[in-house]
Amino acid sequence: MITVELPNVLCSYTADNPSLVLDEPCKTVGDALAALGRKSPGALDRIMDERGDVRRHVNLFVNGENVRFLDGLSTPVPNGATIFVLAAVSGG
Amino acid sequence: MKGAFVLRSDRARKKWRVEGPHFRGEAVYALLHDTRGERPRTFAATNSMHWGPTLRTSGDNGATWSEPGPQTVRFPADSGRALAQIWQIASGRATEPDVFYCGVEPAALFESRDGGESWQPNQGLLNHEHQPKWQPGGGGLCLHTVVLDPDNPRRMLIAISSGGVYRSDDGGKSWRARNVGVRAQFLPEEHRYPEFGQCVHKVVHHPARPERLFLQNHWGLYRSDDWGDNWRDIANGVPSDFGFAMQMHPHDPDTVYIVPIEADIFRATPEAKLRVYRTRNAGASWQPLTKGLPQSGAYENVLRDALTADSFDSAGIYFGTRSGKLYGSRDEGATWTEIAGGLPPIVCVKTGTAGAA
Repeated sequence: MITVELPNVLCSYTADNPSLVLDEPCKTVGDALAALGRKSPGALDRIMDERGDVRRHVNLFVNGENVRFLDGLSTPVPNGATIFVLAAVSGG
Repeated sequence: MKGAFVLRSDRARKKWRVEGPHFRGEAVYALLHDTRGERPRTFAATNSMHWGPTLRTSGDNGATWSEPGPQTVRFPADSGRALAQIWQIASGRATEPDVFYCGVEPAALFESRDGGESWQPNQGLLNHEHQPKWQPGGGGLCLHTVVLDPDNPRRMLIAISSGGVYRSDDGGKSWRARNVGVRAQFLPEEHRYPEFGQCVHKVVHHPARPERLFLQNHWGLYRSDDWGDNWRDIANGVPSDFGFAMQMHPHDPDTVYIVPIEADIFRATPEAKLRVYRTRNAGASWQPLTKGLPQSGAYENVLRDALTADSFDSAGIYFGTRSGKLYGSRDEGATWTEIAGGLPPIVCVKTGTAGAA
């Protein structure tokens, strides 16, 4: 079981729920995002573009580590892990 | 650049009420108020630096907006492209009230035939043989202008920065570059009139004379009398032929408005004077419109979609500056007032009428 924690700005896509529990088996961050997309395609569109690339100013953390500095979407997610989706330190 | 502001007034257009910002923190490069259908529809193309672009709609003239859902304007997975920004939302013809177009970055045209619910990319442009050679301008590689022939449903024209003007005469299946006579100042001297690759900033026309087009180029002010087959210079009496914005008069096909900018390397109004220029003879001559506009210390820039008009008999002309000032004229440009100041940088100004005027 994997939990995805979303920032408030994306909760409009998830009926105001900031914390989504994925009950599908997920081995990697990419698996988890695909499962997230099946629950909430709108939220996934905000995190990834249509090429499947994580947006440039979005960061994903698994157990406190930024996956950009691990294996990106191939980063393993152990059962019980939490993925945090956060806006990068940039703004408009 | 940081949201959309809705300004409302009555027919007199003297007092304005400012609402907003909607989409706080997001850039809004394209807006459209469409009244062809049974109910008015308003579109806003929003773009969050973090969360990307979305298309939002309003059914109550911009008072409230739809929550964003799944991204509807999207490139096919096999295209290798991803939507960076929607630069233009355009209504289809009067006879097709559910048809809309979006011009986007990277340069492509999307079409909706169901009132904006779903969008399909135009395959003729998506796979155009010139497409790999189009180059981004300062704002990115964007398709920013859609011009329809109101009489011939098979003819339309688009403009890309930097790709130039393309026209389709077969309903969008195929597209031909239409840039003969348009200069590409940024190329070596002997190559300054290429088939395509020009940095066109805006093209306008009047539905009463659809074949006659006016073009503000990245250096160059042009007119075509044959749907873009040939262009000729009409920079007659302007302080600079560089600029971004261009607006047709809503009722007079001979009258066009521009805001000249000094140069690409100094994007500010010439001589620090904020002047709108108007031609009333289809480009044979241009006159400055200055009454009510600052004529000293005004280092302003007006971007390609930040100059617009309303549809009243005495046409209102409006423009916004990169410094966040919104100006308006109720008398076709003769006199101007500052409607709002202190706004974020303005990239798009559009008008619409609603209710009893």
